[in-house]
Amino acid sequence: MQRFINDPDLVVEDTVRGFVKAHGDIVRLAENPRVVVAKDAPVAGKVGVVTGGGSGHEPAFVGYAGRNMLDAVAVGELFSSPTAKSFHDAIKAANGGQGVVVLYGNYAGDNMNVKMATRLAAKDGIEVATVVANDDVCSAPPEEREKRRGVAGEIFMWKIGGAKAATGASLEEVRATAQKAIDNCRSIGVGLGPCTLPAVGHPNFQIEPGTMEVGIGHHGEPGVRVEALKPAKDVARDMVSIVLDDHKLPEGTEVAVLVSGLGATPLNELYILNDTIEEEISARGLKIAKTWIGNYFTSLEMVGATLTIMALDDELKTLLEVETRCTIIL
Amino acid sequence: MQTFDNASAGAIVLSMADRIIENRAYLSEIDGKIGDGDHGVNMAKGFGMAAERLKGQDAPLSEALETLGNVLMTEIGGSMGPLYGVMFTEFAEALAGKDRIDAATFGKMLHAGLSGIQSIGSAKVGDKTLLDTFVPAAEAFDRATADGRSFGEALEELVMAAEKGRDSTIDLVARIGRASRLGERSRGVLDAGATSCAIILKEIAEGARARLA
Repeated sequence: MQRFINDPDLVVEDTVRGFVKAHGDIVRLAENPRVVVAKDAPVAGKVGVVTGGGSGHEPAFVGYAGRNMLDAVAVGELFSSPTAKSFHDAIKAANGGQGVVVLYGNYAGDNMNVKMATRLAAKDGIEVATVVANDDVCSAPPEEREKRRGVAGEIFMWKIGGAKAATGASLEEVRATAQKAIDNCRSIGVGLGPCTLPAVGHPNFQIEPGTMEVGIGHHGEPGVRVEALKPAKDVARDMVSIVLDDHKLPEGTEVAVLVSGLGATPLNELYILNDTIEEEISARGLKIAKTWIGNYFTSLEMVGATLTIMALDDELKTLLEVETRCTIIL
Repeated sequence: MQTFDNASAGAIVLSMADRIIENRAYLSEIDGKIGDGDHGVNMAKGFGMAAERLKGQDAPLSEALETLGNVLMTEIGGSMGPLYGVMFTEFAEALAGKDRIDAATFGKMLHAGLSGIQSIGSAKVGDKTLLDTFVPAAEAFDRATADGRSFGEALEELVMAAEKGRDSTIDLVARIGRASRLGERSRGVLDAGATSCAIILKEIAEGARARLA
């Protein structure tokens, strides 16, 4: 493996230590070394905003801790949910006395650990609300939307939830607005090459050279089809179609667009994709209010990209403009 | 009526940890076929940590189970940490304060663990999970005691049903968790959670049976 690691079993510890050393002006480590906390959290009188998930998706999840964003982040093993204790500790670290909202992705382990953590927090007298992201269009058909996984749309959910909490909104208002944000998001991933967990040493799925997996998940979950790799403009067209066929938006709707690399795709290729993505979205009569391009939510060294489109209303548009201070520019 | 002593049975948890650690590579290998291959590693880590804390303590079974449940809940994430964590914590609560454990108490313990799992997870029998081992095992135990068979015989029935349940997962298609994304591709291999659950139930049943008086 051509990788910068020390001990395959200590990848997460080493990552988090390096992260906190770099960003001490924005975050700190909680007593539990698997919880990263925004430097000024908890903010008294503000609803706390928490997420958590498996590692290997950097800058998600830790990179989004910071002012007006996430107050605390629970850190799991590579591609594995954080413990209930870590979620619980994150909830406690974020609690400013007005309750805590946990905004996380729809995965079996995360669902269970958040549920256990919520029970533990209730014993501390902390009110917890949750929003479960399910923006990945290809992970289940529209009639089973509750089964869909959460992917890069989570970033919009955190941004909107964090900004709403910063306005002094109540727990229920923050929950409802974060729910609206994720309901307005749809995402698709296309994979060109697999990724490897260092402790396992070989990829646990394959993408044959010359092919692409359309609809791939953030851990290599199979997509809806494998086909021959096409020119970027054709891939981009397919991505936009899959997202917008699932989420039919009236002409004139304003949208925010996020194109994220999956870890080993060069940035220039994301711009190549966006050249066509912008054309395709505009051709449908939608107005792009804002676009983010970069490695926002990765999957180790997977080759590929995701597209997320969030439909905006006045509230979401305003909240997107709220200034945040995390390690990622949003 | 057959019973066993709670206070002197904590070593059952240590032998359970030994079996899990022995099966570290095997559990990871079967998990790797349809999951991400870390089941054995995570289970061995959690059971090993619990065993470290329990060694030389001579704890009652109920306390040893509580230690194990707490370690799994606090140190092992993923899906197995909370599922087995809640199962062992519920086992512990059902046995707490009992001097002698009889078949009725043991049956209550099994069902408390099962309810705990079902309160946080959403799997059903047939979804290719540890429930495919646990549910038929608990039912076999109930049936044997209802038929008036001895505690020892009921424990033997439990082990047989657990292993049969484990093997039933080979022909199942995963409907929950990461393996469910594979659909038909998940058929033909054992479920790792069902396999570790069979190891756990066998150790606790055989440990109890060996101590019956």
